[in-house]
Amino acid sequence: MSYFSLALTLIFVVIPLLLSKTLQLGLERDTIVATIRSIIQLLLVGYVLKFVFDSESLLFIFLMVALMIGAATQNARKKGKTIKGITWKIAITLIFIEVLTQSILLGFKIVPPTAQYIISISGMMIGNAMVLAILFLNRFAAEVTSHRDETELILSLGGTPKQAIRRQLLDAMKASMIPTIESQKTIGLVQLPGMMSGQIIAGADPVQAVQFQLLIIFLLLTTASVTSIMLGFLSYPSLFNERMQLLKGNLK
Amino acid sequence: MLLHQESAIHFQQVNYFIDEIHILKNITGSFPKGKITTIVGPSGAGKTTLLKLCNGLISPQSGTIFIHNKLVTDYEPIKLRRQIGIALQSAPMVEGSVFENLALPLELRGEKLLESDAVHYLEDVGLDPQFLHQNAADLSGGQRQKVSIARTLINRPEILLLDEITSALDHTSLREIEELIVKINRIYGVTIVWITHNLTQALTIGEFTWVLHKGEVIETGESNLLKSPATDFVKRFVQGEAE
Ligand SMILES: Nc1ncnc2c1ncn2[C@@H]1O[C@H](COP(=O)(O)OP(=O)(O)O)[C@@H](O)[C@H]1O
Ligand SMILES: [Mg+2]
Repeated sequence: MSYFSLALTLIFVVIPLLLSKTLQLGLERDTIVATIRSIIQLLLVGYVLKFVFDSESLLFIFLMVALMIGAATQNARKKGKTIKGITWKIAITLIFIEVLTQSILLGFKIVPPTAQYIISISGMMIGNAMVLAILFLNRFAAEVTSHRDETELILSLGGTPKQAIRRQLLDAMKASMIPTIESQKTIGLVQLPGMMSGQIIAGADPVQAVQFQLLIIFLLLTTASVTSIMLGFLSYPSLFNERMQLLKGNLK
Repeated sequence: MLLHQESAIHFQQVNYFIDEIHILKNITGSFPKGKITTIVGPSGAGKTTLLKLCNGLISPQSGTIFIHNKLVTDYEPIKLRRQIGIALQSAPMVEGSVFENLALPLELRGEKLLESDAVHYLEDVGLDPQFLHQNAADLSGGQRQKVSIARTLINRPEILLLDEITSALDHTSLREIEELIVKINRIYGVTIVWITHNLTQALTIGEFTWVLHKGEVIETGESNLLKSPATDFVKRFVQGEAE
C-alpha cells in the first residue's frame, strides 16, 4: 500500500467525525485522539519490530516480550487493586503462560524459532491473557461481594477460606473463560479472524492462513483457562487474614 | 452476681471498630457456662457484632476475649468455630437442597450426613421431612430459620450463639424452638447466648440478660432486671418494646 492510499484511509476517520458533529455526540475529540495515538503507536511498533526482526538477537526478543508483559500487567492490575500483590500475581501468571506455550511451540518445533513467530504469537497471547485477567477480576469481585453471606456461613461452620470462596472462585473462572470458547464456535462463519484476514490480504495461501489461525485459537484456549485458574488460585488467599477471617472492603 | 458463675465466654475491655466507627465500646462481662443468656437492645446496638467476636469471625482491635478461660487467639480458628456454633441473623443458605445445607457442616470436614439423621434434625426444629429435598432457595423466612438452627446443631457445639432466630416464626413454631433450645441447654449443658427482640422470651427463657445500646453494655444481670430496670434507658426500652 502506498503512503498516498494510506492517507486516503483517513476518509474512514472523517465519516465518524462528521456524524458525531452533526448529531452532537461529542465524540470528535476522542476520535481524533484515538486516530493520532493509533498512528503513532503502530508506526513505532512497526519500526521497532523491523529493527528486532533484522537484528535476530535473542536479547531483543526477550526485551520485547518483557515489555508486552509489563504493559499488560499494568493495564490489568487496575481491576484488582484491592488484592494484595496483584501486580506480581498477574505478572507471574503471564510469564508462566508465555513460558509454557513457547516451550510447547518451540520444543515440538510447531513453529520456527524466529523473532517473527515468537513476538507475534506472544503478542496475541499476552493481549488475550490480559483481557481474561480483567474479565476474571471483575467477575470475581462481583461474586465475592454478592455472596458474602455464604462465605461467612461456611467460615462460621468451620470451613477453610478455600471452601468458603470455592463457589465464587469457580463461577468467576468459568464465566471469564466462556467468551473465548463461545467466540470460537462461530469463528469463520460470522467473522474472519483479523489475523487470518491480514495474512490473506498480504498474499498468503488461505489454507495456510487457516492452519496458522487454528494454532492461534487453540493456543488461546490454553491461555484463557490457565490465566483464569492461575490468577484465581493466586488471588483468593489475599481476601482472608491469618485468623481465617474475610477481610472487609476487599474487592469492592 | 455474674462473677460467681464460671464463665463460658468472658470479655475484657473489648473494643471493635469498623473504619473509624466505634462499634463496641469497652465491653467487659461474661456469659455464664451452661446457662442461657439473652442479649437485647435496639437494632444497630452491636449485638450481632458481639456474637461474631465470640466465634472468631471477626477480632477486636483491642481487649481480650476468653473462651472457657483460654484466650480466643490461642484457639485454632476452625476448631473454635466448630466448638462455638452460630446461627446467623440472615439464615443464609448455600445453593442446593435443604439436605445439602444440613450436610454442609459435615461435608466441610469430609464426612457424610445420613438421610435418617437429617430427618431427625428436621423433626427437632419442627420442619416436615418432606422438605428435605426441596431447594433451599424456595423456603420461607421462617423455614430458613429452622434449617439454619438445625444446621448449626449438627456440629454439636459446646456454646450456641443464636442471632434473632425466631424473628420470622409464627407463635407455635416459636414455642417449639424455645423448647428445643431449653432442652439442648438442660440435657447437654450447652451454653446459650441468644439475641432476641422478644422481651417475653428474654424473661422466660433466659436466666441472664445483657442490654446493649450504641455499642455499650447498659445493664447486665439476671433477666428480672428487665422487670425493674435500674436505668432510664432500659426503662424506656422495655416500655417501647412492650407497646
Ligand atoms: N460490615 C459492616 N460495615 C459497616 N458497618 C457495619 C458493618 N456491620 C455492622 N455495622 C454497623 O455496626 C453497628 C452494629 O451492628 P450490629 O452488630 O449488626 O447491630 P445489631 O445486631 O445490634 O443490630 C451498626 O451501626 C451497623 O451499621
Ligand atoms: Mg443484628
